[in-house]
Amino acid sequence: MTPIEQAESISSKLKLNRVSLKNFLTTQGILIVFIICLAGFSMFSDRFLSEENIMTVIRQASMIGIIAIGVTVVIIGGNLDLSVGSMLSFATVLVVDLHDKIGPTNAIIVMFAMTLLIGAINGLLIGYMKLNSLIVTLAMLSAIQGITLIYTGGQNVDIANQDATWFAVFGRGFVGGIAVPILMFAVLALCVHFVMRYTSYGRRIFAIGGNPTAAVYSGIRKSRCVFTTYMISAFSVGCAALVLGSRVMGSQNNVGQGYELLVLAGIILGGTSLMGGAGSVWKTVIGVLILGFIQNGLLLLGYPYYTQWLVTWVIIIVAVWLDLANQRKRLFTSHS
Amino acid sequence: MTAPATNNNQRSVDASIKPVLRLEGITKRFPGVVALNNVSFDVRAGEVHALLGENGAGKSTLMKCLAGKHQAEEGSIVLEGQKVSFSDPMEAKQHGIVLIHQELSLVSDLTVAENIFLGSLPLKWPNRVDWKKLRSDTDKILSRLQCTFRADDLVGDLSIAKKQMVEIARALVFTPKIVVFDEPTASLTDHEKPVLFNVINSLREHGVGIVYISHRMDEIFALSQRITVLRDGEYNGTVDTAQTNEDEVTKLMIGRSLELDHSSKPTEFKENVLEVRNLSVEGVFKDISFNVRNGEIVGMYGLVGAGRSEIAETIFGLRRPSAGEILLEGESVTVKSPHDAVARGIALVPESRKEQGLVLGLNCRDNITLSTLGSVSSLGVMSPKKELEIYEKYQRELKIKTPGWAQKVGNLSGGNQQKIVIGKWLTTHPKLLILDEPTRGIDVGSKAEIHALIKDLAKSGYAVLVISSEMPEVLGVSNRVIAMYSGQITAEFNADTVTEDELVQAITGQHKPASGTPLHAAGV
Repeated sequence: MTPIEQAESISSKLKLNRVSLKNFLTTQGILIVFIICLAGFSMFSDRFLSEENIMTVIRQASMIGIIAIGVTVVIIGGNLDLSVGSMLSFATVLVVDLHDKIGPTNAIIVMFAMTLLIGAINGLLIGYMKLNSLIVTLAMLSAIQGITLIYTGGQNVDIANQDATWFAVFGRGFVGGIAVPILMFAVLALCVHFVMRYTSYGRRIFAIGGNPTAAVYSGIRKSRCVFTTYMISAFSVGCAALVLGSRVMGSQNNVGQGYELLVLAGIILGGTSLMGGAGSVWKTVIGVLILGFIQNGLLLLGYPYYTQWLVTWVIIIVAVWLDLANQRKRLFTSHS
Repeated sequence: MTAPATNNNQRSVDASIKPVLRLEGITKRFPGVVALNNVSFDVRAGEVHALLGENGAGKSTLMKCLAGKHQAEEGSIVLEGQKVSFSDPMEAKQHGIVLIHQELSLVSDLTVAENIFLGSLPLKWPNRVDWKKLRSDTDKILSRLQCTFRADDLVGDLSIAKKQMVEIARALVFTPKIVVFDEPTASLTDHEKPVLFNVINSLREHGVGIVYISHRMDEIFALSQRITVLRDGEYNGTVDTAQTNEDEVTKLMIGRSLELDHSSKPTEFKENVLEVRNLSVEGVFKDISFNVRNGEIVGMYGLVGAGRSEIAETIFGLRRPSAGEILLEGESVTVKSPHDAVARGIALVPESRKEQGLVLGLNCRDNITLSTLGSVSSLGVMSPKKELEIYEKYQRELKIKTPGWAQKVGNLSGGNQQKIVIGKWLTTHPKLLILDEPTRGIDVGSKAEIHALIKDLAKSGYAVLVISSEMPEVLGVSNRVIAMYSGQITAEFNADTVTEDELVQAITGQHKPASGTPLHAAGV
């Protein structure tokens, strides 16, 4: 090695260390925030850290969490999905309404089929026709809300005999002492985490989100991959609809309204970049839990429930700002 | 190869005319390269001074140093007898030095008038745009340029030639002393050019000093009074246009012994891997026919915009041909997509490394295995062991310098990044390897390494197509050279026997015998 090569390799090693240190801080930073939140709330409320309360929070958070896992895949692939809120309304109304008409099994099948159909339309428009994902899913948000209202004629739906159906298991059941929604959340998170981290499919999604042109030039079928991300997101909405419909045993027309923002808040809070190509399911799980604990903590401290909206807003702004600051720094350091 | 340029009659010794602008001993270094080494250059009022040189000779860098985009490490700029230095382009503009780029920088949603006065819109109290004055000022400039479009036209609706006029009009706002045109005709059609030449001549008659950068000899001889040639970042002589001819200038431009090792070229060619017959894409290139054999390197040489990259993109399935056919190993194929191309054994190392070749956010290993994910996974699950094996194999074979597989490719040097892209394609074991500008923006050392690598690949049986704008690269690497000019193949040469003059003529659209007289259009 010449002295110049040595100097080069030393300097690039240093850079590598700096990069991994920064990575460490950004991923662990979220955990630190999480712990500070927990500590803060527990000082003011005895109930906050009780096992019962923690389980309640996780159970409530798992609704948002299930959807957020699917949307995380879309976002890593470099797109957005804002239609999940009204898709959730539609899917919940559908499964609850059909429960008494065609039986729970058929209702679930039809509900998933319809949800995946909506996902497929999103995927077709965005993946194959290359339309802007923000616009397509925003339009879909409004279209699906309209369809839901047409379907119900503006009425709320419910299940007549709530105690006699096994459908209750999704929202109210326990397996081995753990609530089923939490189990579904955990299983989905583990599966999708595995897919994104350890499969060639996951690698392709990261590549597409990181640099769509280079991905295409590498022989990756971008259209098809983007299409599938919307199918994953639709599937996760279907799972959430099972939980929601089963817990309430009825549904309002607009039960999912605002979920798209909560889901995004969780993802951003976790540290997955909206730019695509980076992020993880693990981060999203943490982000959703932080969101859940903050909301719960505020309620326990006696603030009215709507303060959580304001706090959520502040959190999102701070999280996005941190992400942007990070992004800029990355631009500067990689520009050597 | 050629006699060194002994300059008896080359330096213009008309010392009575004082230059408006003098660049003295400019030196500019970039990491790993000396882009300009002690270059001097001057411009007189009312002359067109052509600046010539191959790609990478330093023309654009010199002009960027002049216009404040780069700052030279050594040397000085003397404007009207005063030493000046510019920290940014705006400062240069205020001193009357304007650079008109190859790529135009106009806002297409604004009107002609708004674009011309962008940043210096006439205002009236309290801080509103004075539209009346804006229009009348614009009309004045437009009539001076004899433009046919109007102040209120949207720039987005104009043709490229007219957009260029707007760009020139923008320069006139600052009453320029020096206007630099960097390849202004690259995107103009033949009947749009005379309009531009008229404007240049009228600027010259108004006493403006013009620097004209172009590859096209006919234009240079028609327009300029003097020609300065740069070679490899060094000053290589100035000649009076009236006292020289194209051959002499061409020699000044490229006459040197190539340092490339011609002997190590592959010599054994077998059957056709790629054959292209009468391939056309509407409006881009037409009637393209050539072949590449096993173990052979074919160079494709031409100016930017001649349609070379587009041919590669068509073979790679990124564009649909409007006519003609592509044969792979004798079989006519329709390549539907890059994915399809990869499956058929075609690999493309694209022109733009960072935009098309790499996912900068991913690490070295992930980038190298990106095109062969199927072979490093079973049932869709990645095998970290196989991945690392592949990475280590190509890292070793291509001598990629990285601190480790986990390094983000964005932190590597250009040469190593390019090796990663090449490595990515070798993992797919292609039959045909297309390299588009394989050494653009890469330092000299890595360049030689990549050239050697290309030859080794061909010797091991790959069919290789190298697209390049650099003559030494094309001649030093390939067995055959295909010359292109505005979407068509003009000639095909044996790379070891072709003269550089012949090549330059073939890519500038001059169909004439090698030793003929220059296309000198005197007295414009």
